[in-house]
Amino acid sequence: MTTNMHLWLLPLLPLAGFLWNGTLGRRLPKTLVTSVALLFSGAAFAQVLWIAAQFRSLALPHVESFATPWIAIHGFQVDFSFLLDPLTLIMLLVVTGVGFLIHLYSVGYMAHEEGYWRFFAYLNLFLFFMLTLVLAENFLLLFVGWEGVGLASYLLIGFYYNKDSAADAGKKAFIVNRIGDFGFLLAIFLLVAHFGTLSFTSIFGAIAAHPAMQGGVLTTIALLLVLGATGKSAQIPLYIWLPDAMEGPTPVSALIHAATMVTAGIYMVARTHVLFDRSPLALGVVAIIGAATAIFAATIGIVQTDIKRVLAYSTVSQLGYMFLACGVAAYSSAIFHLVTHAFFKALLFLAAGSVIHALGGEQDLRAMGGLRKKIPVTFWTMTAAVFAICGFFPFAGFFSKDAILFAVFNASVLHSLYLGKLLWGIGLVTAGLTSFYMFRLWYLTFFGSARYNEEHAEHGGHGVHESSWTMLLPLIVLGVLSLVGGWMGWPEALGGHDSFAHFLDPVFGASAAAAPVVMSSASAGMERMLAGLSMLIALLGWLLADILYHRNPKLPERMAQKCSALHALLLHKYWIDELYGAIIVRPLLAISRVVLWRGVDAGIVDGSGVALASGASGFSSIVRRMQSGNIRSYAGWLAMGAALVLIFVFYLAHCI
Amino acid sequence: MTAVSPALRILPEILLTLTGVLVMVTEPLLSAKTSRKPLGIFALLGTLAAIAASAWQLHLPAGTAFFNTIQTDAFSVFFHLLIGGILLVTLLVSLNYFEGHSTYVGEFYALLLFSAVGMMLMTSAIELLMVFLGLEISSISTYILAGYRKRSAVSAEASIKYFLLGSFATAFFLYGVALCFGATGSTNIHSIATGVASGSSPLLLALALGMMLIGLGFKVSAAPFHVWTPDVYEGAPAPVVGFMSTAPKAAAFAVLLRITYTGFGTMSHIWIPLLWIMAVASMTIGNLGALTQRNVKRMLAYSSIAHAGYLLVAFTAFSADGLAAACFYTAAYAAMNVGAFAIISYLSGYDERRVHLQDYAGLAKRHPLASAAMAIFLLSLIGIPFTAGFFGKFYVFTTAMHSGLWILVTIGLLNSGLAAFYYLRFLSQLYMQPYDAAQDISEAPAQPAFVLGIAILVAAVLVLGIIPNRVLRLAQAGAATYFPCSGTNAAEVHTQPNLLR
Repeated sequence: MTTNMHLWLLPLLPLAGFLWNGTLGRRLPKTLVTSVALLFSGAAFAQVLWIAAQFRSLALPHVESFATPWIAIHGFQVDFSFLLDPLTLIMLLVVTGVGFLIHLYSVGYMAHEEGYWRFFAYLNLFLFFMLTLVLAENFLLLFVGWEGVGLASYLLIGFYYNKDSAADAGKKAFIVNRIGDFGFLLAIFLLVAHFGTLSFTSIFGAIAAHPAMQGGVLTTIALLLVLGATGKSAQIPLYIWLPDAMEGPTPVSALIHAATMVTAGIYMVARTHVLFDRSPLALGVVAIIGAATAIFAATIGIVQTDIKRVLAYSTVSQLGYMFLACGVAAYSSAIFHLVTHAFFKALLFLAAGSVIHALGGEQDLRAMGGLRKKIPVTFWTMTAAVFAICGFFPFAGFFSKDAILFAVFNASVLHSLYLGKLLWGIGLVTAGLTSFYMFRLWYLTFFGSARYNEEHAEHGGHGVHESSWTMLLPLIVLGVLSLVGGWMGWPEALGGHDSFAHFLDPVFGASAAAAPVVMSSASAGMERMLAGLSMLIALLGWLLADILYHRNPKLPERMAQKCSALHALLLHKYWIDELYGAIIVRPLLAISRVVLWRGVDAGIVDGSGVALASGASGFSSIVRRMQSGNIRSYAGWLAMGAALVLIFVFYLAHCI
Repeated sequence: MTAVSPALRILPEILLTLTGVLVMVTEPLLSAKTSRKPLGIFALLGTLAAIAASAWQLHLPAGTAFFNTIQTDAFSVFFHLLIGGILLVTLLVSLNYFEGHSTYVGEFYALLLFSAVGMMLMTSAIELLMVFLGLEISSISTYILAGYRKRSAVSAEASIKYFLLGSFATAFFLYGVALCFGATGSTNIHSIATGVASGSSPLLLALALGMMLIGLGFKVSAAPFHVWTPDVYEGAPAPVVGFMSTAPKAAAFAVLLRITYTGFGTMSHIWIPLLWIMAVASMTIGNLGALTQRNVKRMLAYSSIAHAGYLLVAFTAFSADGLAAACFYTAAYAAMNVGAFAIISYLSGYDERRVHLQDYAGLAKRHPLASAAMAIFLLSLIGIPFTAGFFGKFYVFTTAMHSGLWILVTIGLLNSGLAAFYYLRFLSQLYMQPYDAAQDISEAPAQPAFVLGIAILVAAVLVLGIIPNRVLRLAQAGAATYFPCSGTNAAEVHTQPNLLR
């Protein structure tokens, strides 16, 4: 007898909020819109807490089905069922918890925006799909949520519809993700063809029952899933949409493009780890993509001047860490970093939003400075986040990042321990870079001379000001979490219990042994040493930022001039966007024009409406038109197609 | 068990014909000034009766009538219901379209009804000459309907082009039928199947098959027989485009299914590669053509070419599931495409005021409900989950994968990724562009009939996307009439005679 957790209700709560605000919100007063949005997202969080409270008494994995079958096709069926296990629970807590905080924050942040109701409707829609994604018990439902969050993200990125760049960024995010979805869908079709089911439990059970099943089709499926994950989680080669996605409102960047949606790819890899455990190749690819993305994005982040873009590249880089962890089968470390990252990166964005809000919309780091005293709460909470992301003890990032680096240090990637060490080295350097660009941002925003235009910030007549309590409360909560959030994963080497990893043991426990990554003998002493080393590197990054952006503010400019080629390379993000434009987008458009070549697609004769204003001249005009060659050329094409078909048929009938 | 009266097997067709004739006869009796709405409503009632009659046919034992020319079974009922549904919605959304612009609208309703009669006949015919009759009845009506904006030159041009090229293509079909008769001595699909299986005169039969595929390929606007589509869709009145881009295609696909799966099942080694190539060409040309299109109707025309391609993918699978997938996809496509054109017809009106994409900028502000409906149709065309389009594609590609057509599936998926681009551009125009109040065009408020029609379509798109199982089972029942031993791969069943030979 299993307890009923009413999981069906969980996604429906935000959906109700969406339907209410989406249909009626336009005519309702702001307070009502706000309270509905907060009520439903809060209720979802409350239900998750209720589930968490009863979690220990559940038999795992806990599956609840609502429509069996949802879809029945000869040979296989898909049920509408939700799955609850430790991994799901952690994701649920992050999604609804951080989601609720950001809803709260948005009340203040979006207060002056036109289309207030629309914003909250979309935000609730996002929660609906994200919860579906996390709760899904099969690949199809996972994909439903996956596409849905992409849709919500598209709508929210393009929220400021008066800006062309916003609409373009929304489209770009959607299109780039379609490439990833292509891989995901192909993987789903392969799974159907090979396992005859899409249910996680059945597929993983089938794989577990065949210990000899290794590589081959599993590798293909895993690699296709990786393609999907690189789209949603903004990894090489599909990361290009995320920095542009910063066109959306800042709370959206915090919730969707930092804390939750972009981690869906990591969640998916972790959820389907059984497939990856059987394919060293796929794991190796994940690890290499992760490490490469981590350092690549970090280098770009160094020179960006838009505060949100720096954070965006930082997100790409941190997601790279999580990918790297997945690639060495350290799934629990990946999820751990996902959680702590959700805390401190959401906080960074929200704090950045508070800064932007205070300055009346200014996003350029060069036009900030000296804000420490003006907005103290924002300053102190952001400081906590900066220390957390840089990995200073005892902030949250320290524990999760070191768990990853330690796992990579001991792992063999693609059967090579040296490659593992190399990736670890990359991770370490990235940690230094991270620390450098984060402290650069910190100094440029809060220290030095005030470079902003006081009059520009003068909105509402009170100059640069601290935000309202609905905005500060989430900052404070997340600030505290950025400090203590990592303690749940205090490693045993440092005298803790590593309870986070143990909590996830039912999900990943078996894979630690089965995974094809040989753990070389790891000692507690080694772990302590590595942790110390990465702290040292982070300190180095801080020191460098301190020298360049605090003590000698003129120095960076001179350095940029000296190595202008390198600076330009980083500033233009390695010209990747331009490269993609030249090798993919432009050829496609060119081919499209060939298809529409006038010989084939002659179109309707131009200016026809004028010539035919009166009905009397109608017939003659039609005859004239017929002689224009249109119809004859069309008939010619038809005849040619027919000839081709007949020749082809003739050939087939004769030769086969 | 007593034999079912033959008339009952074509009851829907009889009802529609009677309604059409009555509308036609009443039309001249009304004065020119009188509104033709009552005639439209009468046509609606007739359509409802025909739909009910089709549904009732499900309870008849499957069987033939009129000397083996007509066969009613779950398959024909599925398509009857589909065509009836399309007709119903088209009547609803065009009830006010001609108001104040054109007299003698009664003819319009009658032509729609006659055209549907032809299509329904096509789906239940198992005799190629009967198919041809149905094809002609429906085509000639549609040619006229395409030119129904009588004062517009583009409309007349569309009509003429459609007529001339359509006749050209029909000739191919007829020639194919003649060759078929020459090879097997029969034009009945079941006799042809026996003739084909016997293996005599394979070359003649192959040519016959090719000819018929050319004719039907034109009707479903599959590449390389698609060239007429953009021009005709651009010129024809929007509600008519909604109708003629879905219903005749559904009928032609039904015929294609009967001919390939039943008639030429043992010659699948010829038509599978052929349809494979046509599917790839249609998807690719359609999507690439739509990519840089600025005219909304032409864009959707290219999109419909692409969708014909997806449908052909299902054919190529050649299995019971492939057949069911094709049926399901036809229904899904009909719901979203009729919807898209209905919204366009409402927003741009009789004189096509909104032709280009930029004319739709920011309309979500001015027309929130129409835009929301359009958004749902566009999302479905993209293939976003919880809409008909997603599930239709999912089903089609799953069955194709099952038949080992992974290259085709890969191409199809790449194509549907590409397609998102232009649908999204439309969506972005509606929602993410500022509204230009200077270009304000005052539309007549939406009439209840129109709203009802759109509501039906939106509901259909969502139902097919969220709880598809009911329609799915009907489609599978239809498929089962072809593959009685459901679950087994069709190819195995049909290659049996080959092995014995």
